[in-house]
Amino acid sequence: MTTPDSPLHEPQLALHVEDLTVGYGGAPVLLDADIDIPPGVMAAIVGPNGSGKSTLIKSCLGLVRPAAGHVRFFGQRLAQARARVGYVPQRSSVDWDFPTTVIDVVTMGLYGRLGLFRRPGKAEREKALQALSDLGMLDYADRQIGQLSGGQQQRVFIARALVQEADLYFLDEPMAGVDATTEATIIALLQRLRDQGKTVIVVHHDLSTVKRWFDWLVMLNKRVVAQGPVETTYTRDNLRAAYGGQLAVLDPADHGLAP
Amino acid sequence: MSPLLTVALGTALLGGLAGALGPFAVLRRQSLMGDVLSHAALPGICIGFLVAQERSLPALLAGALIAGLLAAGLIQAIQRFTKVKPDAAMGIVLSTFFALGVVLLSYIQHAGGAGQAGLSSFLFGQAAAMLSSDVALLSVLALMTLALLAIFWRDMKLVAFDRDYARALGRPVDAIEALLAAITAVAIVAGLQVVGVVLMVALLIAPAVAARQWVDSILPMVLLSAALGAGAGVAGAFLSASARGLATGPVIVLVAAGLVLLSLVLSPRRGLLRGRK
Ligand SMILES: Nc1ncnc2c1ncn2[C@@H]1O[C@H](COP(=O)(O)OP(=O)(O)O)[C@@H](O)[C@H]1O
Ligand SMILES: [Mg+2]
Repeated sequence: MTTPDSPLHEPQLALHVEDLTVGYGGAPVLLDADIDIPPGVMAAIVGPNGSGKSTLIKSCLGLVRPAAGHVRFFGQRLAQARARVGYVPQRSSVDWDFPTTVIDVVTMGLYGRLGLFRRPGKAEREKALQALSDLGMLDYADRQIGQLSGGQQQRVFIARALVQEADLYFLDEPMAGVDATTEATIIALLQRLRDQGKTVIVVHHDLSTVKRWFDWLVMLNKRVVAQGPVETTYTRDNLRAAYGGQLAVLDPADHGLAP
Repeated sequence: MSPLLTVALGTALLGGLAGALGPFAVLRRQSLMGDVLSHAALPGICIGFLVAQERSLPALLAGALIAGLLAAGLIQAIQRFTKVKPDAAMGIVLSTFFALGVVLLSYIQHAGGAGQAGLSSFLFGQAAAMLSSDVALLSVLALMTLALLAIFWRDMKLVAFDRDYARALGRPVDAIEALLAAITAVAIVAGLQVVGVVLMVALLIAPAVAARQWVDSILPMVLLSAALGAGAGVAGAFLSASARGLATGPVIVLVAAGLVLLSLVLSPRRGLLRGRK
């Protein structure tokens, strides 16, 4: 039995969140969340708008300070596990008119490792180009980021996280507003990461693809409504509990709902 | 050195310094913060005068810097502890500090006494009063700024583009932001003598906005912005010397604004005339 104070706490889990409560000055937007995600799964976090999905990711990454609770990655605190955790923020969180190029943005994923004084060199450029190539964006390496379509922007953000060579990736709505080609490219890449044993945690908005793409599911609505393997968690009752009245839009026949 | 050359060198250094820092203020959407820092300097200048009992430049500039940083801290606190939006918080703090400055200024002028005469020049600046020792100080500041930008370049770029991601990577985001704020505040305070509290922010922003129209990468943007700022400084110094009674600071700002206008219209990729024959 480990306690939150021991150096390793729940090391068998890729992500362990306990008693997490987060607010932005007012009432909590995430309340008493306990979440456990095993390594090597592709997990979806779903829930209505404003249910705290982005807040959950941001507090795991130390971008928002929780009022209570703790988070461990592979048993370690964020400070120790930082290099093992990759992040793809929501695309809309930056100004795409910023004066920089695609390869420059992807190289940013290596800044954590380079520290203050080592300059990105040939090896770093190779890594960035490889990540761009994995996402079908090699031809765009020297483009201005302002010239990219939404799907291409998303792929650049994923390439930037890919060069981090993390063991666990958080992606915040990577499929929002992207074209079909981008969607297929991204999902193939994420599944490949999962097959390599990495843990992929995706905030996802499209319930119709949950069952097809993911093997783990966390349902959120300020509190954790349900979590576990998709087959047992993606049920009508759980969906109703998470989405309430908005569930009417769901057609169980289309979405492979468990009875 | 002739007085005009001294002034031109000083305004060039100041324009280059503000121009080099401007892109970070503009790209981080912190332009209004520059305006707050410069307006909030006025009460600091007055208090510096009251404390020193004379027009001692170090006392005035120290007062300006402290007041500016106090205003910046107050804005942070308002945002953290209330639901007031950032632009409103900046507006309130800016006008309150400036009003306090004007009240103190009128009090000092009414009280009379030696040396208070030049104090109101901090409203719109008085470049002609620049000494070669001021130019030397500006050179040191410019070199220090250059060195800090070079050392922390990569993190500053990252923080300007995506501060959350920088934090997720474990970069020292708070320290980088504090450093940027500090060197920007120092540059602003250095410019108060020349351009004045009311117009100083234009020297920070205008060259950056003009430069952005011509280049698509942040390093060229910073270099071009610094060059345009320096150019505006020199041009303003000579233009205002060419006719009697033209105040140098406002002329520099007008030249910089002219550069913005030209760039917004003529830039091949972003200008209003692009793609037309
Ligand atoms: N920076 C912030 N300041 C204040 N409130 C916020 C902030 N970010 C999010 N919120 C609020 O927290 C709640 C949860 O937001 P979020 O985590 O973004 O939800 P989701 O990603 O599930 O749509 C929402 O009600 C939102 O308005
Ligand atoms: Mg969200």
